[in-house]
This record gives sequence, structure tokens and C-alpha cells, in this order.
Amino acid sequence: MRFKPVIGLEIHVQLNTNTKAFCSCPADVFELEPNSAICPVCTGQPGALPVPSKEMFEYGILLAAALNCKIHEYSRFDRKNYFYPDLPKGYQITQFFHPLATEGYMELNGKKIKIRRIHLEEDAGKLIHSSETITEAKYSFVDMNRCGVPLAEIVTDPDIESPQEAREFLEKLRQILRYIGVSTGDMEKGALRCDANISVIDTEKGIQSNKVEVKNMNSFKFVEKALEYEYERIVQMMKEGKEVEKETRGWDLSSKKTISMRSKEEANDYRYFPEPDIPPIILTKEYIEDIKSKLPELPDEKLERFKKEYGLTDYEAKILTTSVQLANYFEKCVSVTKNPKETSNWFLTELLRFVTSEDDFEKLNIKPEHFKELFDMIKKGEISRNIAKNVFEETFKTGKDPRKIVEEKGLKIVGDESMIEEILRKLIEQNPDKVQAYRNGKTGLLGFFVGGVMKETKGKVDPRKVNEIARKLLSD
Amino acid sequence: MKKLKNFRKLTISEILKEKGSYIKESLETIKKIDKDIKAFITINENADILPGKFSGVPIAVKDNIVTKGLRTTCASKILENYIPPYDATVVKKIKDAGFTIMGKTNLDEFAMGTGTEYSSFFVTRNPWDLTRVAGGSSGGSAAAVASGQVVAALGSDTGGSIRQPAAFCGVVGFKPTYGLVSRYGLVAFASSLDQIGPITKNVEDAAILMNVISGYDPNDSTTVEKNIDFTKFLDKDFSNVKIAFPKEVFGEGIDEGVAQKFQEFISFLEKKGAKVQNIDFPELKYAVATYYIIAPAEVSSNLSRFDGIRYGKRSEKDGLLETYLNTRSENLGPEVIRRIMIGTFTLSAAYYDAYFEKAQKVRRLITKKIEEFFDDFDFIVTPTSPITAFKIGEIKDPLIYYLMDIFTIPANLSGIPAISLPFGFSEGLPVGMQIMGKRFDDAKVLGFARFIEKDIPKVFPFEEDEK
Repeated sequence: MRFKPVIGLEIHVQLNTNTKAFCSCPADVFELEPNSAICPVCTGQPGALPVPSKEMFEYGILLAAALNCKIHEYSRFDRKNYFYPDLPKGYQITQFFHPLATEGYMELNGKKIKIRRIHLEEDAGKLIHSSETITEAKYSFVDMNRCGVPLAEIVTDPDIESPQEAREFLEKLRQILRYIGVSTGDMEKGALRCDANISVIDTEKGIQSNKVEVKNMNSFKFVEKALEYEYERIVQMMKEGKEVEKETRGWDLSSKKTISMRSKEEANDYRYFPEPDIPPIILTKEYIEDIKSKLPELPDEKLERFKKEYGLTDYEAKILTTSVQLANYFEKCVSVTKNPKETSNWFLTELLRFVTSEDDFEKLNIKPEHFKELFDMIKKGEISRNIAKNVFEETFKTGKDPRKIVEEKGLKIVGDESMIEEILRKLIEQNPDKVQAYRNGKTGLLGFFVGGVMKETKGKVDPRKVNEIARKLLSD
Repeated sequence: MKKLKNFRKLTISEILKEKGSYIKESLETIKKIDKDIKAFITINENADILPGKFSGVPIAVKDNIVTKGLRTTCASKILENYIPPYDATVVKKIKDAGFTIMGKTNLDEFAMGTGTEYSSFFVTRNPWDLTRVAGGSSGGSAAAVASGQVVAALGSDTGGSIRQPAAFCGVVGFKPTYGLVSRYGLVAFASSLDQIGPITKNVEDAAILMNVISGYDPNDSTTVEKNIDFTKFLDKDFSNVKIAFPKEVFGEGIDEGVAQKFQEFISFLEKKGAKVQNIDFPELKYAVATYYIIAPAEVSSNLSRFDGIRYGKRSEKDGLLETYLNTRSENLGPEVIRRIMIGTFTLSAAYYDAYFEKAQKVRRLITKKIEEFFDDFDFIVTPTSPITAFKIGEIKDPLIYYLMDIFTIPANLSGIPAISLPFGFSEGLPVGMQIMGKRFDDAKVLGFARFIEKDIPKVFPFEEDEK
């Protein structure tokens, strides 16, 4: 391939701590009434001072550890100065000169995507315009609820080699965030925000285009789409021998295009300098190790363990470890059923039809004991798999004991061969043409007769037995 | 009527002994004389007696320290109508202790200046000579105490803003070690240098007030946990201390009368038994330059919040940028704008290393040098200001203004405690002497100042009109 994209990501993660980064207002402000979670500190009242939250550092350290970063014992806050109505102090408190963590990586499809840095900072507020677009708006409201919500900014090296890989990186990041419980990682709700830098290498000519920054991609799908669009756009320009401008472009949802926002020449000078209101943050080795020791098993580790411990395929293990909740529930069920493979089958083919990996499995009607009962009845030949599926669905919906359902509805397999024979003979009598066709070699018709019996008995018979008898009677 | 006359001289410790309320007397005095002094921007018409140890003691607060429900302007048009939604930590502490806040005192806009001439509203007059400035930036607080309108006042000191007006007005002004008094609710000028402190009629009151306002504050991460009793050394004998003064004191720019008073001061100390020695402090000449890079840099950032969006005055124009520009150029004064521009320049990416970063290095160097002096000496003394109170409108060149801070700035750069103590007069105007001590040696600085104060006759500017 002549053209190769080079992609780096800058991701903002909202940390779901109890309080905001520098005051004691709640950090979870999603859908709260505007300006209802604010105080003198986060609205930048004259004289108010920031006090960094310890919890924010705990979350930051967990995240940095999960992304294999070097966590610094010395970090510091700085001010990033710019004017905007959603920024009450006229500066954002961030970590510019001395970030919390550097030099990490995330393993993705057997490849390492390097993490350049992770630093902590505060979120800005939100503007609500009187019209759809800012240009048409006659006035705008400022909602300062989000001011001061803690963010971790993650910056990757330009190690990502395709728009799809960018999406996969983000999906895996979200999975990790949820595993370690530091963020919901919801892109749609703004808890995870991503900007991308993309340039393209022309391997034939040995040249690389300028870097373009792409913003406004508020879903995993749009990240991929926007980068695909941008890649094609840059390639086209390179083919035409045009200079790719260093600029910031935004993904436009309605036109499905990226649109130029500003060129890099107009870039702001943020006049970073050390935040004098907050002394440097000194973390002891012991403190960092203590937080790190609280790091739970991460997705990759869990996946490997599931394969090894439960003899699952890569595919099965991957699905079962999608979320901690699902994985935990699976393990709970296995501890009761003692049959990982069968449990995995039922999870993959049945349970996941009714739930998503993010559901609260503790609250499900169906309990691990129900799986065991069901498996026992199947194993003893008391019910067929098909019946079992129906029973499963009912237990799932009502929480009723599977054995009770079977008993009450009389779903037990009927062992009586004469009954099966009787129904089959009736079917043979009623369908002489099909019998003839079968005997002439259309053996697929066997299913018609077996199905007939299953229907007549409402599935209460052992299909293997029906098969056997049908074959015998039809060949007579 | 006898009580009122007496009131103007009263100190906190005297009121504590007497157990009376002087709120009414204070209000009457303010109503009677502040039309001439102009110390107050806002008078607390609802001033009432509060319960507590210091119940009935009237106090004034510089108008850059926020008071819940009581207008706080910073002497700036942009905050002319700003009513804070919360109390500064120090305000809460003095209220809880029983002090009554009589009003908010004048200052140079956002505390930037040394004469209270840069107030957007009016100039405060020196009680010793109404044609002269009271000093600044805490000019209103110093004048209010010196003229006996209140018993004590709070000021803030970024480069000398408590000590210099105290010296000009003949009262005591104390800048504590950085981190001992919470800045929560002090409208930031230069956060790494700002410190709130008392302005009082004597050293004992300064120590008493320090015991009230100091302490670790969970709302200010730059405060420290130190349980200091500031009155601890007030009665101690300091006759055997070792004292240094920089040779550079007698350099260019010092008023002859002040130099002479300083000579007297040194002789006086020696007579009291102290060993006084001069030291080389060549770095002193860089202190002003260093300060005027670091302080404006922080100013340019600290004052960004005054943009007319959420509070304060908005001078609306078509468009966001236009509104920002118009609001700030119409409602911020020329000195404030000058410092914002200097700071914006020195922090810009192209000049950061050459100015801000270098100034930070020099600041560390000066701090180190001062710390080393304290290996050999207990205190360093200088005049508080190289000059006495100047005529209103006399100084036009901002550089001359800046150079006036030369003796007070080092204590802010290095975060050490420093006090200005009245020491006689030069041509009828008060002269203040500065005593600096080691970081956290605040109680010793106060103790030593008290030791000296005992031998200095107390004079008030209003003796004449009372006769």
C-alpha cells in the first residue's frame, strides 16, 4: 500500500470521583439542572482557591497503572490561560510541565500503542446557545455545573495505523476504564472525548504530510468515520501534489465531512506557568504502590485466565470478559455448575440475547443455581435442549425455578416409544407422497416427520429417539 | 464625649481589659472624620456587636478581602457592585472571635500601588498631613487605624502593602510568614507573594490578631499546620540578639531624613545591647526587577476572571471578543492594565524562559541568600520605605513607584515574616523601621518589635484636634 496513515490520539476522560477536582461539589453533574452543582471555587469567584482532591489522584494513579505508565512522585499543576465564557477563572488548571504519568502503553491486537503522558486537569463549563448554531444565536447561557469536574488527559504516540485501530483503541480504553471503575467511558455523554492527529506517509515518495487535528467526534463510530474521511482527503491531496495544511478540522455530522476550524498559525499562546495556589504534589512510593495494589484484574489478564482456567476459546473468553459484571457473573455460575464449557455455551447463545454486558447481573432473576438445575435435567435426559431453552427464557423472565416450570407444564421427555410410533404412523398414513419421496432418496424429509412428532408432543420427547424410530418406520 | 476621645487611642488589649463595646464610638468617629481621611470605601451600616472574646472591638477590613453580603470592590470599577457570596477565612475567623467589621477600606486598585492613589474611587489621605498619601496599597486600613476610626485593621501585603502604609501613617504593620494566614477570600493579586496581616496601634495587638487569623485552612493548600502563639515572646528580653543590616540601605534613592533615622535606629539597638553588623546583599538590587516580573505574570492570570461574564461590570458590545476588550479596558485602571500587559508579555511562549523562568531562579537565589543570613543573625533590619509619605499626585513615573518597594519586596519573595514599627519622625512625618526574621519566627519578630516599642513614645496624629 502506497499511503499509510499515522494517527495519534488525545483523549479526555471524565473521572467519576465523588467530588470535583478542586472543590467539594459533586463530580457527577450529568443532566442536573443548570448551575445547581456550583460553589465559589468552581465558578471562579474573586478570592476563591482550588484545593486538589486526593481521590482524583487515586483515580489517576489507577488509570496510569492500568496503562503501564511511569507514575511520577513529583507532579505539579499549571495554569493554561485563555478567555472563554465557559472558563470561569480565565485559565484551566492542568498539568503541563510535570504530568502525573508518562511512558506507558496499551496492548492492542498483539501490538503496543505507546502512551506519551497522562495528566490531570479540570473540565470547563457548557454553553447553551439560543439557536442551533453559535453563529445564529442571539445570546448564550453558561452552565457551570461541569466546571471543575476532574479529567485525565491521555496522549498517545502516533502509533495507530488505521482509523479502525483508533476505534479499537478507544473501545479497549473504555473497557479498561470500566474495569478499574474510574470512568463510565461514555462517549455519547461526554465522559470520554477524543481528538485525533492524523498525517499520511507516501511510501513511494518517502514523504509525510503535515499533521491535521480532527475534533468533534462524539462516538466510536464517528472517530473511525472522521479519520477515514480525513485519510482519504489527505491522500487525494497528496496524489494531486497539493500541500496539506497544518490545521484543526471538525467532524460535521450532517455532511459526514471534516470541516476546517482554524489553521495552526492562529494557534493560541496559552502562557502556561506553575499554578501558585497549589504546591507541588509529592506522592510517596508507598502511596503509589498502595493504590496500584488496588488495581483489579485487567481485561487482557482475565481473558488469558478464562482461556486457561475454563478451557474456553479465544472468542468465548473475549465475549465473557467484555465487562467485569459479565465475567463475574459467569464465574459465579461456573462455581455452581462446575461446567465452564456448557455455562459458556448458554451465556453466548442464550443469556446474551436478553442482556447486555453492562447490565447489573446481580439483579437478574435467573441465578447460578438455575443454570445448574437446567444442566442437570438436560444431562439426565429429562428435558430436551429445545425445551431447556424455553425453560431458560421463562426463568430469566420470572425467576421461577426451572424444575418447577418443567413439572408444572409437564415438559419432561416422554420415554414411551409406542406413543411416538403411533404419531409417526399417523403421519405416514397422511403423507404417502412424502413417504414415497423419502424412499426415493429425499432423506432430508426425515426432518418433516421428526418435526411433526415434536410439534404434536410439544417437544416433550427425546428428539434422538424420534429420529431413530422414524428412520426405522420409513424404511419399512 | 470623654469616652469617644479616649476611644481613638484604644488598643485591643485595653478593650479586652475594659470589657466594653466600642461599635457606636467607631461609627461616630468614622462619620465625623472619614470625610477628610477617606479611608473607607464601604461603611458597614449594619455593624453590630457580636458574641466572642473580642466582642465590641471595631475592626476594618481591606476591600480586597471578601465579606459575605458586604460589597467588596478591590477599589476597581469592575467590582463596584460585587457582593460576595462567601466570607474569606480570615473574615470568618474575626467574626467568630467577636470583632465587628466597621467597613471596607480603600486600596490601590486590586492592591497594585504604593499610595492608594490608584484606587478607582478616591485617594486616601495621610492622617498626619492630609495633602499626603497614606501609602499603599493598604492605605485605607493604615489611615483608619492611625486616625483612630477603628482599633485595628486587616491588610494584605504582596510587596510591602501592609508595612509601607503602616510606616507612612505611624502604625504597626505585620506581614506574616507565607502560609500562616489563609488567603481564601483574599482577591488574588500575586498568589505566591500575597499574605494577609494586621495593621494595629501597637505590636501586642498585632500578635493578638495573628492568634485569631492564622492557622491551617483546608480551603487554602498553601497554608501550613503550625501552632504558633504569636504573643509568646512579647515580654521576653531581646537585649542579646544579633542583627544585620544590608549596606545597600544607604545606596541611591534613600531620603536623607530616613537614612538619618535609620542610623539612630541602629545606635538605639546597640544601646539596647544588640550586636549590629552590616552585610553585603548585592542581590537586593535585583529584588525589584524580579518582583516586577513575577507579580505581573501572576496578575495577568489572576485577573482574567474579571471578564464581565459572570459577575462584575460588563460593558457590552457586539460580539464576545469586543465585549471582553471593552469591559476590561473601560473598567480596569491604567496601572492594573499595565501590569496585565507586562505579565502577558513575560509569560508568552517566546519570552517565558528569558523573563519568568529567570525571575523564578533569581527569586530562589535571593531566598537562599536571606536564609544564609539567618544562619548568623537573628534579625535583619532596614527602613520600611526609603522615603516618607509623599504628596498626593507628586509621583508620576511608575518606575519611581516600583523602586519604593525595594526594602519590603525581599520578605515577599522569600516568604519570611516582617514588621514595620514606628520609629520617630522626619520633618513631621512618621518613619517606619522594618524587622525581618526567619521563616516561622513570626513570634520572635513580634517579640523583638515589642521589646523596642516599649522605649518609643506613642504619638497620635489627632492629639492636636482633641485639645
